[in-house]
Amino acid sequence: MAEAVDQIFVAAKHWLVSLAPEAWQPWVSVLLSIAALMVVFGTLFAVTTVLERKGLGRIQNRFGPNRVGPFGILQPLADGIKALVKEDIVPRVADRVVHFLAPVVMIIPPFLALAVLPFGRNMTFVEFDAAILFFFAVGASMELAVFMAGWSSRNKYSLLGAMRAIAQMISYEIPLILSSVSVIMIVGSLSPGEIVAVQAGYTNGLPNWHLLTPWGIAGFVLFMIAATAESNRSPFDLPEGESEIVAGYYIEYSGFKFALFFLGEYLGLFAVSGLGITLFLGGWHAPFAFLGFLPSWFWFFAKLFALISVFIWVRGTLPRLRQDQLMNFAWKFMLPMALVNLVAAAVWHFMAPLPVVARWVAVSLIVAGPYVMLGRELMVRKNLSKRTYRFAE
Amino acid sequence: MTAGFVVIALLTIAAGVAAMSLRHLIHCSLALVAAFIGLAAAYLHLGAQFVGFAQVLVYVGAVSILVVFAILLTRGGEDRSERLFSGSWVAGIATAVAVLGVLVWAVSRSAAVRREVSEPAEVTVRQIGDLLMTRFVLPLEVIGLLLTAALIGAVIIAMHEREGRK
Repeated sequence: MAEAVDQIFVAAKHWLVSLAPEAWQPWVSVLLSIAALMVVFGTLFAVTTVLERKGLGRIQNRFGPNRVGPFGILQPLADGIKALVKEDIVPRVADRVVHFLAPVVMIIPPFLALAVLPFGRNMTFVEFDAAILFFFAVGASMELAVFMAGWSSRNKYSLLGAMRAIAQMISYEIPLILSSVSVIMIVGSLSPGEIVAVQAGYTNGLPNWHLLTPWGIAGFVLFMIAATAESNRSPFDLPEGESEIVAGYYIEYSGFKFALFFLGEYLGLFAVSGLGITLFLGGWHAPFAFLGFLPSWFWFFAKLFALISVFIWVRGTLPRLRQDQLMNFAWKFMLPMALVNLVAAAVWHFMAPLPVVARWVAVSLIVAGPYVMLGRELMVRKNLSKRTYRFAE
Repeated sequence: MTAGFVVIALLTIAAGVAAMSLRHLIHCSLALVAAFIGLAAAYLHLGAQFVGFAQVLVYVGAVSILVVFAILLTRGGEDRSERLFSGSWVAGIATAVAVLGVLVWAVSRSAAVRREVSEPAEVTVRQIGDLLMTRFVLPLEVIGLLLTAALIGAVIIAMHEREGRK
């Protein structure tokens, strides 16, 4: 029974494909995969917008959307209709072709990236060896869409936003990739399926996830910080800082094009969260052996929602950084720590014959020592003290 | 020649022609990116996964951004009013044809053309990684050193200006 529920989507796809004539079957299979990908993550986008607005509302001591449907859960429907019927305004001096193409280019890479992640047992849309490399390759092409949007609008705020976004995405891509490399190095494979398979099973009641190793904890924290910056979310939301440059690179977009930018941003968030789950949180494996009766896809999406909730929580809690702080943090802290973590993972690998406690102590010291030293070094000459407010107190 | 290859090749060539003939420099660079993507698709079509993805990662992700930044930071971002063809286009075409002729002559006479084509082996990313870490580890390290030197040089150039102002 549990087996059948676990494989229900795979079985449903096989049944649907078998209905088609023999010659069409490969095409029907591909089209079904694409449709499933778009429907599932489109719906997830709608759910997440409500979750985010509700969650932020609660954090800021207000209700959030509560007018459309029970508890406001039909809000995305209303938003979607509103976006569709709104007038599409293109500035007179804008570069029309590039202005039109930018939102289209924006949503292609995250969909491509999502297609290689394993959502459950036997549930990867496209399976091949170098999938993690593919993930980062398509992720890097998001920057181009941002540039196209910012430049074609012929608006100085949008160009400033695009420049900020590109600088930030390039800077944080390095720690993002380096923190993932530690996992790739330990597993010895670029295939997400294999990385998830390595994290199967339990020792002493705890799962064999990479998160539960000293380098895994450090790597996961680095990965999450870099992922927040990559998806331009608070506290790294300078590219769209409302108080400084209005809305950043998509300031000149209205109606459904604006919604597409929103969609692209959230899809990017889902993709990078899904990669984090695959690399560090055991993919679709259950956290405890006795919970294994729940289907594998349930666990993947449960973890995805957990990570999204963390992102919302962070957004509601932390203030925005300044541009120089952002760059200093990326190059002076994130990059060295990611390199140190790489060494720590290598030491962990070569200490395998030693007892677990010795491994933990040694690798934790390798990570914690530079962390403390780097933190102290960066605080020097900063003259940090309690901030005094002239008019607010 | 399969249908897939023909489509990829036509798109790549069209993007390349657009990159040369469009009037606005930013449009040219965007068309160049389309040509890069076409090349990556051609690599993937030939079964070279690693080269294909590296092409996307390096050229589409990084080099294109470098190009557009360079255009925006100089005056090239403004609309050009000069003619599309430069004054020396006759000499340019003559040089291009001469170079093409020499290359065709050299390639057709080389031993590589007459050699029998063996069935290409299926190369996986794992094999490339293994070779890079064993047989070709020295070239890899040398390239790494070179890039590090370039990086430090860039930082020093950027730092010098700031000290001078103080």
